[in-house]
Amino acid sequence: MHPNYFRVFLTFARNSLVRDMMFRANFLIEAITGLAWACMNLGFYWIVFEYTDSIGRETGWGKYEFFVFLGTTWIVNSIVQTFFMPNLDEFSELIRTGGLDFVLLKPIDSQFLISLRKINWSGLSFLGLGGVTVWLSIQQLCQRAVSPWQPDVGTFIFYPLFILCGVTVLYSLMICLAATSVWLGRNQTLYDFWFYITNFSRYPMEIYTRGWGLPLYFLFTYVIPVLIVVNVPARIMAQPIYGGASHRGWLPVFMLCATVITFFASRWVFNRSLSAYRSASS
Amino acid sequence: MTALELQNRVSAGWMIFRIALEERLTYRGDFALGTMMRFLPIITHIFLWWAVYESVNGGRLAGYSFGDMVAYYLLSMLGRAFSSMPGLASTVAKQIREGEIKKYLIQPIDMLNFMLLGRAAHKVAYYTVATIPFAIMFFLCRGYFESGIPNLQVWIAFVLSLFMAFTLGFFLDLCIGLVGFWFLEISSLLFVYMLLNFFLSGHMFPLDLLPSHWHILISYLPFKYLAYFPAAIYLGKIPQESLWQEIGIELMWLVGMILLARVLYQRGLKRYSGYGG
Repeated sequence: MHPNYFRVFLTFARNSLVRDMMFRANFLIEAITGLAWACMNLGFYWIVFEYTDSIGRETGWGKYEFFVFLGTTWIVNSIVQTFFMPNLDEFSELIRTGGLDFVLLKPIDSQFLISLRKINWSGLSFLGLGGVTVWLSIQQLCQRAVSPWQPDVGTFIFYPLFILCGVTVLYSLMICLAATSVWLGRNQTLYDFWFYITNFSRYPMEIYTRGWGLPLYFLFTYVIPVLIVVNVPARIMAQPIYGGASHRGWLPVFMLCATVITFFASRWVFNRSLSAYRSASS
Repeated sequence: MTALELQNRVSAGWMIFRIALEERLTYRGDFALGTMMRFLPIITHIFLWWAVYESVNGGRLAGYSFGDMVAYYLLSMLGRAFSSMPGLASTVAKQIREGEIKKYLIQPIDMLNFMLLGRAAHKVAYYTVATIPFAIMFFLCRGYFESGIPNLQVWIAFVLSLFMAFTLGFFLDLCIGLVGFWFLEISSLLFVYMLLNFFLSGHMFPLDLLPSHWHILISYLPFKYLAYFPAAIYLGKIPQESLWQEIGIELMWLVGMILLARVLYQRGLKRYSGYGG
């Protein structure tokens, strides 16, 4: 008999919420901490845009377009951090301590159980901030005199869709990274790795298309596709008019393929890692 | 103090320093890798500013050319390598909370000096390992240092400012930790401090980019000495005539923080009731 995955997920979500609410002040502090860092980031770009009208010449990333980009970064990252980060960080630990045995014994898909066991609800504060930032920036773009932003049904369908694709790509990369601890023994620096890899995804991809950035651009777009994670949905929302016409119009198609490929690749790596797993300390 | 007492103190200090140094060098592989990784964000910063500078008329932002900007980030990282004190304040607060500082009270060792020596050893261990990645990075980016090598006076001020960044960073962090005598849990305070420190030390961007009224306000705070000041000295952003005056102000901050730490420690000990087993 197959378990009802959705109900299992809801139970996980409820348990995590109950746990979070036991330490309410801590929960609030965590949420505020995240928001304060984000606001500091916003302040930095605000200062940058005091000196320039756009990031790069003719890239279309003006002040408010870029704030849409920033908001999208927060939305994608908050979903990953809320649902997957605490679990995948623990995955390495489960491998090291041998606790993975108990996961493998349960009559449910191991990847599902490992990926969604805990939910870090305070991470959702970022989602709210990202949403508000995108919304306010779009309002500004609607009001501008030259080529104001115009709503389009496609935008509202594709934006969430590609955000989900972005989340899937990041999740897949992360589970591959975490699974390597089967072979490497310990992997304490998952958070570090994570920070440095996603660091590349936080900026418009156009900035890498110069000088010695080109190899990086190709590496992080086509081999380890972190660059498209935020860029594709953000572009759909911020620059819908150019979206189809520019030479990057085919990136959404590529992203759909990349999402499917990375997801199945990660599942393959995950299963390989399970078969290489030799229980520890028991 | 007799000559013998002085000799004993120096040899005790030397022993503390050596133990901390050896403890640190145990994990040198992990250390070297970690240091290399820390340069990765610089790459994205270079490209971000490269793109920004393309769309700026005149090629200068608040007096910084693109090369200056990249050089600034590298130099401010060097400054942070001296001034950042990971885990110091939280360790001090934890030792107070859990009653661990009793050991300093029954031993003839001063806690603040012990910690300063420990940190100095950690930093020396860090530099022995980190020199190579730093040298590689500076060599690769040598083209961005457009104004060339500064004169001797600037060099002296630069080196001095780095050492003072270390001591000032240490005592600032220590004071936050010592607040733990009054509030057992200081994580929120520490967070606010880290946030201010990161933004106002100039680690994120050169402080000259700030609107002038903000810049003036921030120049009255000690944070800028932790990252912005050494880099600005090297890049010639501090006029030569006010260079030594600025160093003097930093010295005053330093003396002030040392005195504050001493007062906090003395007063704190009077409140301290030795919790824990």
